Amino acid sequence: MADVPDALRGEDIVKRFGAVTALDGVSLTLKQGEILGVLGDNGAGKSTLIKILTGFHQQTSGRLFVGGEETMLRSVDHARALGIECVYQDLALANSLSIYHNMFLNREIIHRGPFRLLNNRAMRSRAAECLEEIGVHVPSVDLPVEQLSGGQRQAIAVARAVNSKAKILLLDEPLAAMGAREAGLIIDLILRLKEKGGLSIVMIMHNYAQTLDIADRVMLMQRGRVTYQRDAASTSVAELMDIVRREYRAMRTSGR
Amino acid sequence: MSSVTDSKKLERRPGLWSRSIVRSSEIRILAVALILSAYFEVVNHDFLLTGASLQNLSQFIAPVAIIAFGEIMLMIGGEIDLSAGMVFAFAPFIMHFAHEAGVPAWIALLLGVLAAGIVGLVNGAVTVYLRIPSFVTTLGTLFFVNGFTLTISRGTPVPPPEGDTFPAIMGAWGYSEIIWAISIAVVMHVLLRHTRWGLHTIASGANSLGASEAGIHVKRLKLGNFIIAALLAGFTGILEAFRISSIDPQAGGNQIMFLAVAAAVIGGTPLAGGSGTIIGGLIGAAVLGILNDGFTLIGINAFTFNMILGAAILAAMIFNIHVVRLARKGDL
Repeated sequence: MADVPDALRGEDIVKRFGAVTALDGVSLTLKQGEILGVLGDNGAGKSTLIKILTGFHQQTSGRLFVGGEETMLRSVDHARALGIECVYQDLALANSLSIYHNMFLNREIIHRGPFRLLNNRAMRSRAAECLEEIGVHVPSVDLPVEQLSGGQRQAIAVARAVNSKAKILLLDEPLAAMGAREAGLIIDLILRLKEKGGLSIVMIMHNYAQTLDIADRVMLMQRGRVTYQRDAASTSVAELMDIVRREYRAMRTSGR
Repeated sequence: MSSVTDSKKLERRPGLWSRSIVRSSEIRILAVALILSAYFEVVNHDFLLTGASLQNLSQFIAPVAIIAFGEIMLMIGGEIDLSAGMVFAFAPFIMHFAHEAGVPAWIALLLGVLAAGIVGLVNGAVTVYLRIPSFVTTLGTLFFVNGFTLTISRGTPVPPPEGDTFPAIMGAWGYSEIIWAISIAVVMHVLLRHTRWGLHTIASGANSLGASEAGIHVKRLKLGNFIIAALLAGFTGILEAFRISSIDPQAGGNQIMFLAVAAAVIGGTPLAGGSGTIIGGLIGAAVLGILNDGFTLIGINAFTFNMILGAAILAAMIFNIHVVRLARKGDL
């Protein structure tokens, strides 16, 4: 019996864009406190899945459960209100704005009063606290994010999501276009967040080895479907590669 | 404990220095304004220290600055309003006709500003919802509004509403326009730097997709900024009508719109969007005014002034793009 409801559960989710079926009946489960790695080629539907889980798109059919309750995520704001936060590949950072403004983007702290002015001082100190807490070091939260390295920018984007009391964190290729050293720092950050507790994480990934390193469970998506799900401990890069290779062969022989 | 730091890299960059350069586009342009003032004051002693020329200067600066504030809000989002100069001529006529119809002067004024706002609404709606580039949208409304103003006015100037204090407050008194300009500058500066509206405008200019992923309503912001730009342009037209006590269908036009864009650019707001400064726009307008007045007093004619203006815009833009880029990279 499930005493703790799953953080997130999707049943038979279908998403069509006109004639294109991006998701063709995807079911997934994200347990409380775990890291789920989602693998798959370009066009497998990973990004579409993420965008449904963030409320950016709405599924054509299928059911979604957030913390055990069935929900239709109407908008990004709605998903956020339920504690779902996403770090997109483009990071959604505004380069010319300071780190602390970025960390509070669209949930700024404002002074009480009729003019609703920004409380920059509160945002600045809270941003610094939050970064300190999760071990992200920057020279100053006043720096515009354009002066940061790729890894630092990723860390700021993750920190922003965490700062908002997220319960479910969606990471879209958090290690893309990153050198080994920077990737290592982000992996450490993700694992630290997991240890702190209270956070369940879905990661979209490209690199099989890295995924098996970080994730508790992996899920393979191919052409809009989930074709494989396993505990990370009970599978291997070779096994995952084998499934993908078989799929390629099948595609080639069937001429699709 | 591991951490996501790149302190070595950042230490090598002259972070603080480059930051102050990047952030102080207002201070840079202020220095230019002061140097120009000093120069013209030396060359021609009547430049600043007589009431008449100071007033004259303020009356050049104010309308350009107020229109520039609206353009700056749009330019931050990567948009532009080419119709501002025509809205400038259009709004006072609506005020005039409303007043003729028996409406009290101040309500007539509000109706004029409101009519300008409707043009802004159209500019914004066409740009945002029909996805027409604002350059094209407002090029269309530029001609349309111009033709409309000429039609309803039959091409003839009319007088603004009469009175004592009301016209004086609304532009007829020598310094009223510059007081309006500075007051509006303060309000717009607070809007841009100290409200969510301004912050989100900058964010959507810097990263439109990212801003919408963060849940910011980018379209709503743009629409609002088009309306703000048109309201300001219309209000400026009304101020100018009271100042010269004539409502002229040929007033304003593209000249004042381009001066406003020039003021914005010289002040440090790039056309590409993502950043901008209201105070810079005010000082940019002052620089244009100082150049205009200074060269007029020295006796350089209007043709030469345009050459100097053109060179000033180019110099400002080259400086902003390249010097600031180098400073950011830490090569300077």
